[in-house]
Amino acid sequence: MKVGILALQGSVTEHAKILHNLRTQFVLVRSREDFQDLTHLILPGGESTTMEKLLKKFEMWDEILRQIQNDNLKVFGTCAGAILLAKFGAGWSVQRNGFGAQQASFSTVLKSKTFPDLRGVFIRAPRLKPPSKPPSNSPLEKGGETEVLATFENEPVLVRDGNFLGASFHPEIAGETRVHEFFLQKF
Amino acid sequence: MADYTAAVCRWQPLLLMAEKNTFELKSGLAQMLKGGVIMDVMNAEQAQIAEDAGAVAVMALERIPSLIRQDGGVARASDPAMIQAIKKKVSIPVMAKVRVGHFVEAQILEALDIDFIDESEVLTPADEEFHIEKKAFKLPFVCGARNLGEALRRISEGAAMIRTKGEAGTGNIVEAVRHWKQIQREIAELSDKNLKEKAKEYRVPDSLVQEIKKDRRLPVVTFVAGGIATPADAAMMMQLGAEGVFVGSGIFSSEHPEKRASAIVQATMNFDKPDILAKVSAGLGTPMRGDEISELSQKFAER
Repeated sequence: MKVGILALQGSVTEHAKILHNLRTQFVLVRSREDFQDLTHLILPGGESTTMEKLLKKFEMWDEILRQIQNDNLKVFGTCAGAILLAKFGAGWSVQRNGFGAQQASFSTVLKSKTFPDLRGVFIRAPRLKPPSKPPSNSPLEKGGETEVLATFENEPVLVRDGNFLGASFHPEIAGETRVHEFFLQKF
Repeated sequence: MADYTAAVCRWQPLLLMAEKNTFELKSGLAQMLKGGVIMDVMNAEQAQIAEDAGAVAVMALERIPSLIRQDGGVARASDPAMIQAIKKKVSIPVMAKVRVGHFVEAQILEALDIDFIDESEVLTPADEEFHIEKKAFKLPFVCGARNLGEALRRISEGAAMIRTKGEAGTGNIVEAVRHWKQIQREIAELSDKNLKEKAKEYRVPDSLVQEIKKDRRLPVVTFVAGGIATPADAAMMMQLGAEGVFVGSGIFSSEHPEKRASAIVQATMNFDKPDILAKVSAGLGTPMRGDEISELSQKFAER
């Protein structure tokens, strides 16, 4: 197992601190070469447009796609990271800034069986939606693959689709280690 | 009366269900901007260029600092219509400037529902004695500082992010370097011995100075601003430890704004890789002209 944090921009040190608290070694991923032997990748919060541009400019976008397609890479994205994951083909789509601008940012305790009393910090957060293509009866259940792990006001905010884990909030800002632990142990 | 109290207690958990406008959420937005470039823009078209180049946020203002310098007169907060046009155009956070101490300009920006307010010395100050009491606002503020005392006073007033002042609109990095190093030096010099004396000198609570001494850094995200004109300028400030950069006049008073904006974003990410810096610095056209600090008739940083 080799864990990396995409370190182009955003809440990189906050994710690093969580991994440090979990006594997990990691590398900072800043170029294509850093993907060597990587098994787990964390996409931090930040600005998804900036990260997308830089990933493409420095030939990391295709590398991530290639590793995802080869089933080599497990990816956990928070906020902007979850937006990028949707673009990489995870089983959800996103509405950017879906909760509104900064004044609508909020923190709250989420509803989750897996993570009781999980605190969610939402900053200009996206809304997670079912994928735009296949119509399904219930939200975010594409052939039963996408699993909702936490909700806020009945909306999915933490979802898993196979090798992908997406959160519309920031466990790294709340200092919450359980979601990372779950990603490292169950993926 | 007893019933009333019981009812309040019972409802409290519900009232606490979603918290808004807390310091965690304000400083949290600044944390999301780390490692990025925030660009001054004067209209929606420039905002689009900035977003396309990979800016993490745009700073809306009527005139970039170099034009304020050139034109003179009183510089104020921007036209709300212009800010709204920018907000409509881009999906990245929108910041805008208010005059130092001008709390009504800040109220107006809050009503416009932008994302961040810059209480800025680049505009003409409205109050030479007091800055805005920033804790009273829902939006986060970023403020300029030349030294640790200024930074800590702004943080005490509620600033969720600090930037060095530098000397805006000059294209000259020397003041940004001076202010950055000054703040770092003053943080390094804090000790148990001088803690109380420093708190008094800086006119801030002991507990804040204690926190800085313990962490050896400011408690909020700290960017560099004022005079950044080239990819190398941005990379140098990142190597010195800045968490990101503001670029004001440097982009839209240069020959090829699109190219330069993109190059500065790439340089900020690859700040420690000279081979990439060499590549992105090539062929950007003429940078902004720039000014010698000693020849300035007015220094924004002093206000």
